[in-house]
Amino acid sequence: MGLRRRRRLTPYLLLVPGLAWLVVFYLLPSLNQLYVSLQEGNFETGYTFQWAWSTYSDAISTYDEQFLRSLRYAATATVLAFVISFPLAYFVAFKAGRFRNLLLLLIIVPFFTSYLMRTVAWQTILSDNAFVADRLRDVGLLDEDGRLLATTTAVIAGITYNFLPFMALPLYVALEKIDRRLIEAATDLYASRWQAFRRVTLPLALPGIFAGTLLTFIPAVGDFVNAQILGTSRQYMIGNVIQSKFLVVTDYPAAAALSFLLMAALLLCVFVYARVLGARNLQEAAL
Amino acid sequence: MKRPVRDWLLGLWSVAALVYLFIPIVVVAAFSFNDPAGRFNLEWAGFTLEHWQRPFAVEGLGTAFRNSLLIAAISTALAVLLGTFMALALVRYRFVGRGPTDFFVFLPLATPEVVLGAALLGLFITMGVATGFVTVVIAHTMFNVAYVVVTIKARLQGMDTHLEEAAADLGANEWTAFRKVTLPLIAPGLAAAALLSFALSVDDFVITNFTAGQTSTFPLFIYGAARQGVPPQVNVLATILLLAVLGLMALNVLAQRRRARADGAAVEPARIAVQPGLAQ
Repeated sequence: MGLRRRRRLTPYLLLVPGLAWLVVFYLLPSLNQLYVSLQEGNFETGYTFQWAWSTYSDAISTYDEQFLRSLRYAATATVLAFVISFPLAYFVAFKAGRFRNLLLLLIIVPFFTSYLMRTVAWQTILSDNAFVADRLRDVGLLDEDGRLLATTTAVIAGITYNFLPFMALPLYVALEKIDRRLIEAATDLYASRWQAFRRVTLPLALPGIFAGTLLTFIPAVGDFVNAQILGTSRQYMIGNVIQSKFLVVTDYPAAAALSFLLMAALLLCVFVYARVLGARNLQEAAL
Repeated sequence: MKRPVRDWLLGLWSVAALVYLFIPIVVVAAFSFNDPAGRFNLEWAGFTLEHWQRPFAVEGLGTAFRNSLLIAAISTALAVLLGTFMALALVRYRFVGRGPTDFFVFLPLATPEVVLGAALLGLFITMGVATGFVTVVIAHTMFNVAYVVVTIKARLQGMDTHLEEAAADLGANEWTAFRKVTLPLIAPGLAAAALLSFALSVDDFVITNFTAGQTSTFPLFIYGAARQGVPPQVNVLATILLLAVLGLMALNVLAQRRRARADGAAVEPARIAVQPGLAQ
């Protein structure tokens, strides 16, 4: 009896320390965020709780541009990342043979180089007097005073680049799991290679597409480093606004409201996306 | 006839994609040997080994780098400890609230960093906690726990439970069975999780930026320097970090291969290699 009770308790004992950490430093901050967002006042006199819902309407009307831009940039980057990495993942999963592990490693390596340094490297590559811009001017693809850096293209390319492994890896894992015999069966039953791909391979790769899209889109929407380093204030995203509201302007209620809205918008996107794709469980797909 | 052409195009596309992935990394490494004329390390001016000989010659860089390594080491140790226990509970036991817990642990990974950072700073401000070294460790441990749980869970789910059951049948209590059977079996997963945590922590900028106060870390130093030009010493340290992580990854794979060979079992290096990423 004593032993059985101990066994029943074991999972809870194992969970408690880690769960407590996440409750105090993840759940509590999220709830506190809601509390802060409804406060009113200013940094000098302090903020007091007021049920100040107007912060939300103000935030939306003032920063709708940055919100929409974030969604637009992130969606574009996610699509680009998919277009770039699907053939790559397909090649590694089906065609790479004995080079498969090496290629996988090569996809992961960028993940282990400093994120900021890679972005700074793009800044170097795209800068006004660097090799690439000069050559493009030589062949007339770029105007004499045209720029690569500080453009929307640069920011979206940077975001695409930085989150590409998050797309490529889940795609690879999903493709690699596919039973080849199913594809063979389709071609045996007179499906063309394209039909076999569209009717067998693609549907079976859907969990990977779902996971990759989410893992790319979510960090991309919240990103502000690329806009900061590769863009100008005309490319600023909602992350830039939250960051400066919090750390520079110290307007905590507005920052908290924006951050809460970002989270809500993302959850909505994820929900709609999951319904469209018919995935039962977000976590099941993402992990 | 058509098939080889298609495969060629696919291969060409893959090579192009990999080149795209590697261009900035090559630039980072190459410019660590540059001898820049002005403050900006943007144009190639000549080869030098000077920065490799004295990588800490820039003021504040040494402290920032040391802080980053310390924070990564502490938060990794904490996260691996907390996360492994959680993963064990989630995979090996059936209990009330397992599903919701599983989902809750995953949430930090599905939250944008800027939201995590802002929320944590908000909490610290509300509670009157001064931000600094300790708050960065707290924040890094928080997101690392989530990554560790995901990585170790994958390992545990792919594992044969018969060995653990055999240990129990032979009279081992839960702790002994864990220590003598489960732990050695999940050791490579632990190593991969620790490596991932360490790399994520050393590289984290966004959440650190919110929670660091006056404390400097390597990414914060880079961010601060980016406006006035990043000194080549930073390139040196970034390259060293990459090489170190690659070396450790290779060691982990080799150790597993050797063990698998000793066990006479087939090894799946692909899975080991993928594990540091997000997917199973």
